[in-house]
Amino acid sequence: MLLIECPHCGPRAEIEFRCGGEAHIARPADPSALDDNAWAEFLFYRSSPKGVHAERWNHAHGCQRWFNALRDTMSDRILATYPAGAARPNITTIEAAR
Amino acid sequence: MRFSLLSLVRNAFSNHQNWGRQWRQPEPKKTYDAIIVGAGGHGLATAFYLASEHGLTNIAVIEKGWLGGGNTGRNTTIIRSNYLYDESAALYDHALKLWEGLSQALNYNVMYSARGVLMLAHNHHDVMSFKRHIYANRLNGVDNEWLSREQVKDFCPPLNISPDIRYPVVGGALQRRGGVARHDAVAWGYARAADALGVDIIQNCEVTGFKRDASGAIAGVETTRGPIATKKVGVVAAGHTSVVMARAGLRMPLESFPLQALVSEPVKPVFPCVVMSNTIHAYISQSDKGELVIGAGTDQYVSYSQQGGLHVTTHTLDAICELVPEFRRMRMLRNWGGIVDVTPDRSPILSKTPIAGLYVNCGWGTGGFKATPGSGHAFAHTIAHDTPHAVNAPFTLDRFRTGRLIDEAAAAAVAH
Amino acid sequence: MTTAFRLPKGGRIDRTKPIVVRFNGREVPAFQGDTAASALLANGIHFVGRSFKYHRPRGIMSHGSEEPNALLDVDRGGNRREPNNRATVVEAFDGLALKSQNHWPSLTFDVGEINDRLGAIFVAGFYYKTFMWPPKFWTSVYEPIIRRAAGLGQAPTAPDPDRYAQRHAHAEVLVVGAGPAGIAAALVASEDPNKRVILCDEQAEPGGALLHDVTSEIDGVPTSAWVKAAIETLDARENVTILPRTTAFGYFNHNHVALAERITDHLRVPLTGLPRERLWQVRAGRVILATGAHERPLVFADNDRPGIMLAESLRCFVNRYAVLPGRQIVIATTGASAYRAAIDLKAAGASVTVVDLRLEGDCGTELVAAVHAGVEVLTNHTVIGSHGRQRVTGLIVAKLDGNGAVGAPRVLACDCAGMSGGWTPAVHLFSQSRGKLRFDSGLDAFVPGASVQAETSAGSCRGVYDLAATIADGAKAAGGSRAVAASPTYTSFQPARIMPAPPGQKPVKAFVDFQNDVTAKDIKLAVAEGFTSIEHVKRYTTTGMATDQGKTSNMNALGLLAGQLATEIPAVGTTTFRLPYTPVTFGTFAGPNRGDLFDPARVTPIHDWAVANGAKFEDVGLWKRAWYFPARDETMHQAVARETKAVRTSAGIFDASTLGKIEVTGADAAEFMNRIYTNAWTKLEVGRCRYGLMLKEDGYVFDDGVAARLSPTLFHVTTTTGGAPRVLAHMEDFLQTEWPDLKVFLTSITEQWAVIAVQGRRAREMIAPLIEDIALDDAAFPHMAVRTGHIAGVPCRLFRVSFTGELGFEINVPADYGQAVWEAVYESGRRFDVTPYGTEAMHVLRAEKGYIIVGQETDGTVTPDDLGLSGLVGKAKRDFVGKRSLVRPDVVATGRKQLVGLRTGDLSLILDEGAQIVADPNQTVPMKMIGHVTSSYMSANIGRSIALALVVDGRRRMNERLHVTTPNGFAQATVVEPVFLDPEGVRLHA
Repeated sequence: MLLIECPHCGPRAEIEFRCGGEAHIARPADPSALDDNAWAEFLFYRSSPKGVHAERWNHAHGCQRWFNALRDTMSDRILATYPAGAARPNITTIEAAR
Repeated sequence: MRFSLLSLVRNAFSNHQNWGRQWRQPEPKKTYDAIIVGAGGHGLATAFYLASEHGLTNIAVIEKGWLGGGNTGRNTTIIRSNYLYDESAALYDHALKLWEGLSQALNYNVMYSARGVLMLAHNHHDVMSFKRHIYANRLNGVDNEWLSREQVKDFCPPLNISPDIRYPVVGGALQRRGGVARHDAVAWGYARAADALGVDIIQNCEVTGFKRDASGAIAGVETTRGPIATKKVGVVAAGHTSVVMARAGLRMPLESFPLQALVSEPVKPVFPCVVMSNTIHAYISQSDKGELVIGAGTDQYVSYSQQGGLHVTTHTLDAICELVPEFRRMRMLRNWGGIVDVTPDRSPILSKTPIAGLYVNCGWGTGGFKATPGSGHAFAHTIAHDTPHAVNAPFTLDRFRTGRLIDEAAAAAVAH
Repeated sequence: MTTAFRLPKGGRIDRTKPIVVRFNGREVPAFQGDTAASALLANGIHFVGRSFKYHRPRGIMSHGSEEPNALLDVDRGGNRREPNNRATVVEAFDGLALKSQNHWPSLTFDVGEINDRLGAIFVAGFYYKTFMWPPKFWTSVYEPIIRRAAGLGQAPTAPDPDRYAQRHAHAEVLVVGAGPAGIAAALVASEDPNKRVILCDEQAEPGGALLHDVTSEIDGVPTSAWVKAAIETLDARENVTILPRTTAFGYFNHNHVALAERITDHLRVPLTGLPRERLWQVRAGRVILATGAHERPLVFADNDRPGIMLAESLRCFVNRYAVLPGRQIVIATTGASAYRAAIDLKAAGASVTVVDLRLEGDCGTELVAAVHAGVEVLTNHTVIGSHGRQRVTGLIVAKLDGNGAVGAPRVLACDCAGMSGGWTPAVHLFSQSRGKLRFDSGLDAFVPGASVQAETSAGSCRGVYDLAATIADGAKAAGGSRAVAASPTYTSFQPARIMPAPPGQKPVKAFVDFQNDVTAKDIKLAVAEGFTSIEHVKRYTTTGMATDQGKTSNMNALGLLAGQLATEIPAVGTTTFRLPYTPVTFGTFAGPNRGDLFDPARVTPIHDWAVANGAKFEDVGLWKRAWYFPARDETMHQAVARETKAVRTSAGIFDASTLGKIEVTGADAAEFMNRIYTNAWTKLEVGRCRYGLMLKEDGYVFDDGVAARLSPTLFHVTTTTGGAPRVLAHMEDFLQTEWPDLKVFLTSITEQWAVIAVQGRRAREMIAPLIEDIALDDAAFPHMAVRTGHIAGVPCRLFRVSFTGELGFEINVPADYGQAVWEAVYESGRRFDVTPYGTEAMHVLRAEKGYIIVGQETDGTVTPDDLGLSGLVGKAKRDFVGKRSLVRPDVVATGRKQLVGLRTGDLSLILDEGAQIVADPNQTVPMKMIGHVTSSYMSANIGRSIALALVVDGRRRMNERLHVTTPNGFAQATVVEPVFLDPEGVRLHA
């Protein structure tokens, strides 16, 4: 079970959180302007990288706030957490997090 | 050498010195007519049917690790075909029919054991959902029958059907043709049979990139053992599909999650069939070796670590102990994880891709083992003819654009 | 009864507490402090079980949790029985009942032994090559035979009387293993009183291997005194928790370590209230692994006979339990540590011969010490076999010549034998932590390499075997130092994959994995058949897959495989170490999550009234909802008929408290509602309600419910019962991540308000006497309006809404007043014969009106238009969640299923919900299905059965006759509008 640092509450056990999948996929300002391919891309296509992954978490059994995390999907090590809306920290490799 | 009781006895007299290799360890050739990426059950089955039914024998299966080392060797081996939608029922029953003669077709005992898959209903919604499945299956020619609470108990005596438990068993849906098989034997059987037809199985060889010709079509693959030319590549990489396809520049409607399973210490026969409860998340059968084989859930995050959280396992064993309180004193022997690739509608993708000559077979989520023969059979057809077989035609990538999803999970509000 | 092999003094047993255990019915005298194994050995019993495949006689091989052979059925009384217990870790108590397993009819005469004779056929993987004809015979004939033959012991058949507990703990330092390294680590780590330290060990008492070391000294005192002093020091520190009988079995992400504590298994009568076992989930700042090492058996022909044991285990039994495992002992070894055992056994009175593969010149001081002690030593000798069937009677040994050729065999008679092939560090937990293993050729073992988590290995689990060095290593792991003087440890060994044997030795069984009966020949066969990856060899031969998980066998298997492949062990690699370290009961994982605690049950504020009034309940999500209220001996059918009629003729009262409720407040509340729901909310007047439909972004119906505008900036939103948490999460997600600019707050108020639905033409008259501050007449308070005021003196939010099609109100009152107001309303309704109704009647009533239930008419693939609700989709709205998906090609295509009503030809036939619909029942299978029944009831009000269904192009099929599956065939049904009663909605305005 992961230990996740909520940016608002500090480190808590994973069972308090809900993962919301890949982060930084902004909802299009005008969905009707998208063709079917682009809309499908937004709705369904996700990257599942081996390595650093930006993902959404919700502190569901805590402050209920959404935030983002960078996690290495090979080791499950969490490299950073940051509030929703904040820019993604410039960590693209596990080494860079050290 | 053909396998049989006779050959076994004959070899016993020669102290088993004369068994040949079940498959070769060839060096990769410079060129193949087709390459399958991934030597799991689905990939090896694809190669076998390409060779045996479509005459493509100059082909290779390329495997990053050892064959059968992914989800084929890590799953709980449940086989069934009682899916709701016509598309799914057709695909999975296609597989089930192949299972029924697979040991003989491969000359390898894969121990397909039709001991019945019993799915438990715990509430009104389950009953309605199961009946919907049962009726749909009946009209599709797939066996599936409703059992009352008492009939459930008769079929699987260890189950606790007391009305006083938190989520009492109110009935069940039974597919008698469903069952289990020996997972490793499926990979090995296909590997041996494909190898015998001339297929090169190249282990410890990772695909690192794809080569394209001027038109953008596939021209070959780059591997850790050098470039190989081919015009057709079928990616069958399960949990690693997103990673492989990214090397071809394609994003996929997939996420890869850790999935756990476990076995108990072996005991004498005590659990006669496969029992699944989607409502309380319990999946259990007993292997021929005597171990209780138990499926747990997925973790909620993308991971390639092959290790899930303890809470996922405890949740599953809570449910097992509710269904069979006697098993509280049984002991877990081994717990492991795999990586499953999950699509938005939890149905697989067996499809052409936007790149000519590149085909993908993925998205089987937590339930791919049961489809192994059918998946390989249909995918081989797709690659050989550059057009899908009837049973996999609906399972395109394009359905995510059109919205023609095949959402078994939503329809049943269940996992597979 | 004699305990002929018990020494007159010594050991850590309590001689003041004699006990008797039973083995296969026979009385076995022992002492408190014995294990099952030491009790049996004290009575000269070595032969205790049968192997998995060949049913070979097997004895006790080890003294710890790595035991592969001595698996017993243990009955502690009172249905406390389970199979497959390792005799070496079962603590004995008076009355403990032990039984051998995997034999028929008896341990000494076992029919299954035929498998051993047929061993030439039953080689690795034989079952993949046969049992294929005729095809049907696998399931019906072959498999049942194989299943009965396999499987070791009998599963428990009675419900478990014990309970299990769980505990979460945090520690700055978790030390796993209380041997010398672990104790030293804990001593140093706990010096800072602010550091919480947990020290756990699988044995009954701390000390590890020191518990059976009676000759060594540390800083001039015997090891036992050193351990005692150290534990006293630790015990005195409040920041230290010592957990004996506690196995750290799983190492998870982020230093999350699972421990299984065994609390009562060693007690004859468990104290009332004590759990049998406790699962500890420890989150540790740092984990120090001091898990020790396992001794390797030697691989030679017939190395599995009862009486052949690990050398260090002989030493343990003689020193720790004062049991002489034999009087005439031959110890075969390739290393130095076995000499300690030889010397200690000799001192205890046994005649001892050491057979050492090493040349005399390669031996160290241990050789001189042994000879000095009177032990006969044969160096440069190999073991090529053994004699005896149910007990070893001799080892066959042979001298090697200068070229390593095996000389003439001779038999050394013995009644017990030891074997020692060197040591394997227990790197299981390190490997589980995903640390990378490194092969150390000097140690001939995998040792921990780079750590991945905050973890340090110390002592012999990383190949530091010398006692003084081990203690120093433990201290260092904890960030300190501790230099001690200690007796030297004999550590060196010469790895031998398989003991040299004469060429042309006839086919033999030299066991690698004892429990699973995997022989050296099986590994050779696997390689010959092309299984060259260690994972393939493991799976094909099953080596390392028995209940001991290969603790004693893995290194020998790896070595043999490397030899077959003519390569080195590092090139072969190793298999993954899976949790648990040793088997852990399911009960420990499940803990208290059983019965009522399996899942929380949610009940409404009016639950007690429903119970008191005889309600039957149904599970809806976590909720217990009143299903129907049978009067006397009514059936459900009769009760529902009565309840539904009452609502249509007079009045009914219904507990709707489970409805999800969310307050949406803030300046942008209306805009937020606009974006979340398909329909428009901006123009909804204060004091009015509206039915809303909510989609997920994929365009499919997600939830529905009525929302009321209580002020320009306050909406009281209701959701489905099951949907409340996910709807709030969905709203929060969009609010926080997509529209953080909106000034909106969301609050779950499901638990704050009890909801009492009063439905029927008398509803207004029923509540009127209780309400003073709200005008209830139709003009002042029309359908789909909301008012705040008081009812029975309690503040309320009063909705005029209906899910029945009748005049109706939903009274929201603070939850604490729910039952009081319910009772007041009920009392007030008595003059109209108000009838409480449950969820079943509610379902029927709404179906009569064609009102959908999300999750029943919808299944996650249904659009608003499919339900005939396209009028609720705000075409003028620029955007809302799910809008874009509604114009995807397949969603706008014809041929989608649409909601319709069905009337069966047979008025009394209630179709099965989930029944499939076809146009032509005479087509061949597979049939073309065009829809399915979503809801189906007997309507007492209409006097016939009714059903709702989703049918392909259903709205174009009105009056078409279709065919619906029944258990035995098909029934005819006619497509009708999905409203069966009062289509004009007159009754709403009564």
